[in-house]
Amino acid sequence: MSILVNKNTRLVVQGITGHEGAFHTEQMIEYGTNVVAGVTPGKGGGWAVRNVPIFDTVREAMDATGADTSIIYVPARFAPDAILEAADAGVGLVVCITEGIPALDMLKVRAYLDRVGVRLIGPNCPGLITPGEAKVGIMPGHIHTRGSVGVVSRSGTLTYEVVYALTVRGIGQSTAVGIGGDPINGTDFVDVLRLFENDPETKQVVMIGEIGGVDEEKAAELISSHMTKPVTAFIAGQTAPPGKRMGHAGAIISGGMGTAADKIAALTSAGVRVARHPGEIAEMVAERLL
Amino acid sequence: MKLQEFQSKRIFAQYGVPIPDGDVATTPAEARAIAERLGGGVVVKSQVLVGGRGKAGGIRLAKSPAEAETLAGRILGMDIKGLTVKKVLVDAAADLHKELYLGVVLDRGRRRVVMMVSSEGGVDIEEVAARMPEKIIQVAVDPCIGLKEYQTRDLAMGIGLSREQWAQFAVICRGLYEALMESDASLAEINPLVVQGDGTLLAVDGKMVLDDSALYRHPDLAAMRDEDEETPEERTARLHGLSYVKLDGQIGCMVNGAGLAMATMDITKFYGGAPANFLDIGGGAKADKVAAALRIILSDPNVKAVLFNIFGGITRCDEVARGILQALGEAPTSVPMVVRLVGTNDIEGRAILKEAKIATADTLMEAAQMAVVAARG
Repeated sequence: MSILVNKNTRLVVQGITGHEGAFHTEQMIEYGTNVVAGVTPGKGGGWAVRNVPIFDTVREAMDATGADTSIIYVPARFAPDAILEAADAGVGLVVCITEGIPALDMLKVRAYLDRVGVRLIGPNCPGLITPGEAKVGIMPGHIHTRGSVGVVSRSGTLTYEVVYALTVRGIGQSTAVGIGGDPINGTDFVDVLRLFENDPETKQVVMIGEIGGVDEEKAAELISSHMTKPVTAFIAGQTAPPGKRMGHAGAIISGGMGTAADKIAALTSAGVRVARHPGEIAEMVAERLL
Repeated sequence: MKLQEFQSKRIFAQYGVPIPDGDVATTPAEARAIAERLGGGVVVKSQVLVGGRGKAGGIRLAKSPAEAETLAGRILGMDIKGLTVKKVLVDAAADLHKELYLGVVLDRGRRRVVMMVSSEGGVDIEEVAARMPEKIIQVAVDPCIGLKEYQTRDLAMGIGLSREQWAQFAVICRGLYEALMESDASLAEINPLVVQGDGTLLAVDGKMVLDDSALYRHPDLAAMRDEDEETPEERTARLHGLSYVKLDGQIGCMVNGAGLAMATMDITKFYGGAPANFLDIGGGAKADKVAAALRIILSDPNVKAVLFNIFGGITRCDEVARGILQALGEAPTSVPMVVRLVGTNDIEGRAILKEAKIATADTLMEAAQMAVVAARG
């Protein structure tokens, strides 16, 4: 078991003929992901990298190949359309890697997805991976190893850093999910924590948050009321000044809200062990395995 | 990106929000000419992108064009929280009977645009929220439906506006909401929204924050960027596609990825150092980008050491190492460097750097401690 993706996942790549789409399709196939189709409007009938068939629409791709999950590598101005197309075609899980989608576009997209009941991971995220089964994203596959720690994070390379530290210590992961660094995204910490709580293979969870928003505070509420599995956390941005956007559109302390101190306090009072720096996370997880 | 008061109010006016008659001056003589055209009392307002302009003496009332000229002469060139005043807005003075607050904001937690109103206008709304939260009335707008008439009525009644004022208040609410939606703003605010002696409403001050990700479809708004919003270094970084925020420590940080960049700052602090900046060089770490980033970091005289933290992942670390060496060739420096590289070909990458006598570290913890020691000299 794992969450969201596994060896049975049948993946369609939207934007498969673009530079990023083509490169990462090869990387995903190399890892063992079952990529069954690609979509680029106007190029249907052709073949992409590794002989993946191209379709004009997601619906055609699904009808022909039985794809059930989509990953999106299209530029920001076309990405909202691509997400909605996947949702309307009936894909169960949509993963959007694209960075820089306007927040008000995502507001409408998210409201629509909630209505039709389709799960979106991202945007502006590295995707997700179930080690040894399926990599649906842009993360380096080789740093992961199969195991029982669920990882959920708002960031990209910081997640790799933490996963790598776990792997080096011989601690494997059930699934690692990057939910993205934008102010409005599809899936939040609470959603992923619930999935890990219900996944028999996951024995403990690492949660990597950052400044901005109230996602970590909501997660703290869920953890204290609904979670039995231990959670180790880290919040990036303890040294960030207020009012300045720290790279991610969502990483900003505004109106006194979203500080690292608030999030750490909320998590600590929910019984979460919060690492003081990223190097401590793997240590804390290892102690729990003893 | 933030807009100046005069820019925000002009946008609001396009959506039917009443604003005072006025114009922008860059010299005292221009301020006088505007005051003469307006007749009567005017208010001379510094246009800088910080709060607290009034307290700093950057907003003054003038009874005559001559006084407007004198005050504009004092305000232009004034330093407010580190920013030099280059423009003043000269507005016809309003008949301030009562001051309200009206704002519309993207609420991330609720995933809704939320409209807020308060009878306690003219002061910092965050203070009102902290001291008297019951004085702030809010409605959340469904993005697929938009702001409805009944919601503006709820807001009007919530702050005790009279029935005669409901219609004009609804026009202002709708105008502000549409200004936010159509400009791709994350905040649009009128503070204060003034009730005049005759009961009419007037937007005396205005503020907008735009979504940088949406500027591609608003070239007219993008052109309004005030160069004072960013430091020259932040501007250079943005033009190179780098994300840079200056801080006041001694350890320059160059990292790929925003979350890892913040974490690198945090761990530097944990080991007793202080980060000089946030810098995310993004993916790849090509030589020209690394060189540009290095020049920006080293332009800060406080920097006593530079810490590179590159989690290569799919990127090849030997390429990153060569990029760093090439960058150091283009921007030579005596400031000590500590490089931590992980990813594909990281052993080769470290060997290349060692040969060039650059300190390398295996883990982030080690790298941070080495940088802290190096910065102490």
